[in-house]
Amino acid sequence: MAKGTVEIDTARCKGCELCVVACPTGVLALGKVVNAKGYYFAKMVKPGDCIGCAGCGYVCPDACITVYKQK
Amino acid sequence: METIIKPENIVYGKPRLINNNPMHYCPGCSHGVVHNLVASVIDEMGLAEKTIGIAPVGCAVFAYKYLDIDWIEAAHGRAPAVATAVKRLNPDKMVFTYQGDGDLAAIGTGETIHACNRGENIVIVYVNNAIYGMTGGQMSPTTLVDMKTATCPYGRNVALNGYPLKITELLVPLEGTCLVAREAVHNVAAIKKAKKMLRKAFENAMAGKGTSIIEFVATCSAGWKMSAGQANNWMVENLFPAYPLGVLKDRV
Repeated sequence: MAKGTVEIDTARCKGCELCVVACPTGVLALGKVVNAKGYYFAKMVKPGDCIGCAGCGYVCPDACITVYKQK
Repeated sequence: METIIKPENIVYGKPRLINNNPMHYCPGCSHGVVHNLVASVIDEMGLAEKTIGIAPVGCAVFAYKYLDIDWIEAAHGRAPAVATAVKRLNPDKMVFTYQGDGDLAAIGTGETIHACNRGENIVIVYVNNAIYGMTGGQMSPTTLVDMKTATCPYGRNVALNGYPLKITELLVPLEGTCLVAREAVHNVAAIKKAKKMLRKAFENAMAGKGTSIIEFVATCSAGWKMSAGQANNWMVENLFPAYPLGVLKDRV
């Protein structure tokens, strides 16, 4: 089971891909659906690999990512 | 998966002082990360009710819309002068300015140098992305030699435009400054380091030790015409040699 998971505020996400670059295990990628502003927002494509390191959260300029880690 | 999503398992979330207004910044703009750092440091120090920010003119002009603290909007470049007045009249408050390179290093050079020279007990958060982002990517004082912008399409020419202004270095010999540091927010390690430095600066201001200035070498992916990831790489390759990271002065 995954050690962590993220919740993404898809309405706030601008699809800058900084979280995708920051993720050490390649969990995140941009989806093929756009939000109300027309941005392709980030989503988990390999949720099982998330380690809950919160790297994506730190680099997100729009603070759209909440990171959870199994304690 | 649902078993992990519990409030006690949160390891990172939106800082409490960042409100729900959508930021107007371009995708991947460093300003957002710096806003998050400022918000979390203020919250962690318990200064949410005691902080007064001075917003600049430039991309960060709407900073007052995104952080739930008190703000004053200053005229272009005059944030350190406004901060001086606010801090002198409210010595128990935490007063900081948030400025870009076009504000701090161009029209506001005089205010910056004199506020630092007087040793006002304020923090200057300086975001340097070597370009005027808000107005469409024109050359700024900190634009690198040979770097192309809308107003120097063949690259910055030293004979015509002079050299990039390293204003942070100019502030080091001033006796009023207590902490002068240059940070970046391009990866997790840099962000965590920058946050510690920002906290130190805020503590200096509250302890009345003098002016602290933290420069953030930042990206402008729209102005540089790159993706956010490419802009970070370009910054590491080109801006870091001209503006090396580190603590330039720590008198505390």
